[in-house]
Amino acid sequence: MDRIRRTLLFIPGNNPAMLQSADVFEADSVIIDLEDAVSINEKDSARILVREVLNNLEFKNSEIIIRINPFDTEDYRLDLDVIMDLNIDTILLPKASIESIRDLDKVLKENNKDIKILVLIETALGVENIMNILSHSDRCVGLMLGGEDLCVDLGCKRTKEGTEILYARGRLVNAAKALNKIVIDTPFTDVNDEEGLITDTKFAKQLGFNGKAVINPRQIQFIHNVFNPSLEEIRHAERVISAKLSAEADGKGVFSIDGKMVDLPIIKRAEKVLLIAKKLGLGESYED
Amino acid sequence: MKLKRPSKAGTYESNDVYIMLFPVDDGIKIELESVVYELFGDTIKNVILTTLHENNIENVHVKAIDKGALDFTIKARVLTAIKRGLVNG
Repeated sequence: MDRIRRTLLFIPGNNPAMLQSADVFEADSVIIDLEDAVSINEKDSARILVREVLNNLEFKNSEIIIRINPFDTEDYRLDLDVIMDLNIDTILLPKASIESIRDLDKVLKENNKDIKILVLIETALGVENIMNILSHSDRCVGLMLGGEDLCVDLGCKRTKEGTEILYARGRLVNAAKALNKIVIDTPFTDVNDEEGLITDTKFAKQLGFNGKAVINPRQIQFIHNVFNPSLEEIRHAERVISAKLSAEADGKGVFSIDGKMVDLPIIKRAEKVLLIAKKLGLGESYED
Repeated sequence: MKLKRPSKAGTYESNDVYIMLFPVDDGIKIELESVVYELFGDTIKNVILTTLHENNIENVHVKAIDKGALDFTIKARVLTAIKRGLVNG
């Protein structure tokens, strides 16, 4: 199983205070942002700062992702020049298209860099081309939905309730799962609305998203609480696997729990729950 | 190398340093204001000096306003100011 990505925290690339604290917030992934969080006049400054931070600090707890500038900007190449000398895990490619992922894959291959790609889908064309985009590079581990920019492209207002991005959410989840990639939901931008965040995150989980982008460290624990399997889910999964093993020992192909037949999808879901719980150290910790 | 023009980098935010470089003809001079001057003033000046030497900058007046920047931040901001100062105005 690939790494767990419940939360991906955006950190402005030109902010030393946030950069040096990035590992403390306990997000599964940290996205160092060279794009929207950095003004055009400070792109050079951000690149140099990020390079010095990453060459001097070790981030033990989180995946390190850098959001570079879009393919059609001069900063795209300048960002990649710096990244080729850095030890990071993943690049977040904004306004992702077939052309841009093809180019990024080529650059990484030519430089022999073992860096993954996460595509940021924030245009109508990106949503429609998602199967093609995701298939264009073996380095592509999945996608993130950029709801705010997508709404600009669609010419509609972004709302908390999210009807305007419902089609995009469904399509992107479907495509990601069809290709066995991860899919990350757009951030919830009202940092003072905890209830709204929980509702939005629960809906994302219900749709099949693996995690959520985060714009403020205060959001992290709420999102983790939604995506973590509950004690009830873990115990149920344990019962399913235990019953499966007993059935196999008795030479039985089918079995039931609490009067309900257990078939393959249920077993697979139970296995996944237990794998996630083990990775997160849950299950036993609930009993403390 | 000689700077072609005055330049600056950084901010006044916490954990950052604001660096201004002015090309001169009489060597290196560093003027430092820092929230931790007594404890770390010499260390901060050394980082600035080392970064200038590593980049062959010999004639420059540096004004630095430090808000608790760590070494790599100081180095980054000096490097950025040098880079900007080498560009024709």
